[in-house]
Amino acid sequence: MALTNKTIQDKLREKFGEQVYAFEEPYGLLTFAADKDINLKVLNFLHQDEELNFVFLTDLCGVHYPDNKGKELGVVYHLHNLEQNIRVRMKIYTEVGKPEVFTATSIFMAANWMERETFDFFGINFLGHPNMKRILNVDEMDYSPLRKEFPVEDQSRVDKDDEMFGRDVIRAF
Amino acid sequence: MPFATSCCGIEFMSTMASHYDIGRYGSERLAFTPRQCDLLMVMGTISKKMGPVLRQVYVQMAEPRWVLAVGACASSGGIFDSYSVLQGIDQVVPVDVYVPGCPPRPEAFLDGLMRIQDLVGKESLRRRNSDHYKALLESYGIQ
Repeated sequence: MALTNKTIQDKLREKFGEQVYAFEEPYGLLTFAADKDINLKVLNFLHQDEELNFVFLTDLCGVHYPDNKGKELGVVYHLHNLEQNIRVRMKIYTEVGKPEVFTATSIFMAANWMERETFDFFGINFLGHPNMKRILNVDEMDYSPLRKEFPVEDQSRVDKDDEMFGRDVIRAF
Repeated sequence: MPFATSCCGIEFMSTMASHYDIGRYGSERLAFTPRQCDLLMVMGTISKKMGPVLRQVYVQMAEPRWVLAVGACASSGGIFDSYSVLQGIDQVVPVDVYVPGCPPRPEAFLDGLMRIQDLVGKESLRRRNSDHYKALLESYGIQ
C-alpha cells in the first residue's frame, strides 16, 4: 500500500497524541511540530516503524524566530522514505535562554556534522553529541552568527571607513 | 606561487595561457610550492578560516619574497562584508602591490606583475635587513 501523508499523520497522532501538532502540507510536504523532549522518540518511530520507514536524514538545520517567545530557536529535520519517495519535515522549538536539544546522532549518523553546523551558527547545544564543536567558522569566534541580533556584516571591523565601503547605517536588529 | 581561490583565479588562468602568456613578462616558471617562489599571488576571497593557511604559505617562502593581492576580495574583502570573510589579506600578510578589479582583466594582472618587477629591480639590497622591514614583519607576528 502506498504511504500517504494522511497515514503518516494518523500514525503519529495515534502514537504521540497531542505532543505532535501543527500539521500542514505546504506544497505537499507533510510538516509538523513536536515537543522538544520527545524529538528522539518521534525520529526513532519514523525510522524504525516498518510502514513509515524514513531511513534517510536529508537535512537538519536551525531557525531563529526572535519574536516567538519561549520558542525562539527551532531545529528542523527533513526525513526521506527512499522506497516510496516520500518526505516529511519535523520542527522542534527551544527557548533561547536554554538552547538544549537531544542529539539525533544515535539514530542518524548523518546528524553529526549537521548538528555541529547548527551549533556553530545558532548556538544550539545538542546534548549527547560525540563532538560538539564548531565546524565551519573559525574556532575563535565567540558568537552565533546566524542569530538575528547579529548583522551579517562583521561588527568588529575597524580598519575601514564604513561610508566608503557602503556601510553608512549600521543595521542593528 | 599562485594562491587562487575563486573567480580571479580563473582570470589568472587566462593570463597564464597562450593568449596573454604571463611568461612573456619574465615570469615563466609558476611553481606550486612556496619554498621555490619569490612572489605570492593571492587571487580571490580569503575567508577567516583560510587566513592561517595563507600565512603559513607566506612563512614558508624564502626571503626575498613579495606579495601581490589581486582583485577586490583579496585587497579589501570586496563585496563580502561578512562575518566569515577576511577584510583584505593585509590583515595576515604584508602586501606589496594591490591589483584592483572584480575580477581584474589579464592586462591588470600583467601590470601588477610589472610593478612587482619594478620593486624587485629598484628596492635596496639591504631593505630586508632594515629595522623598518623587521618591524613590519614583527607587526604581523612573523620573524
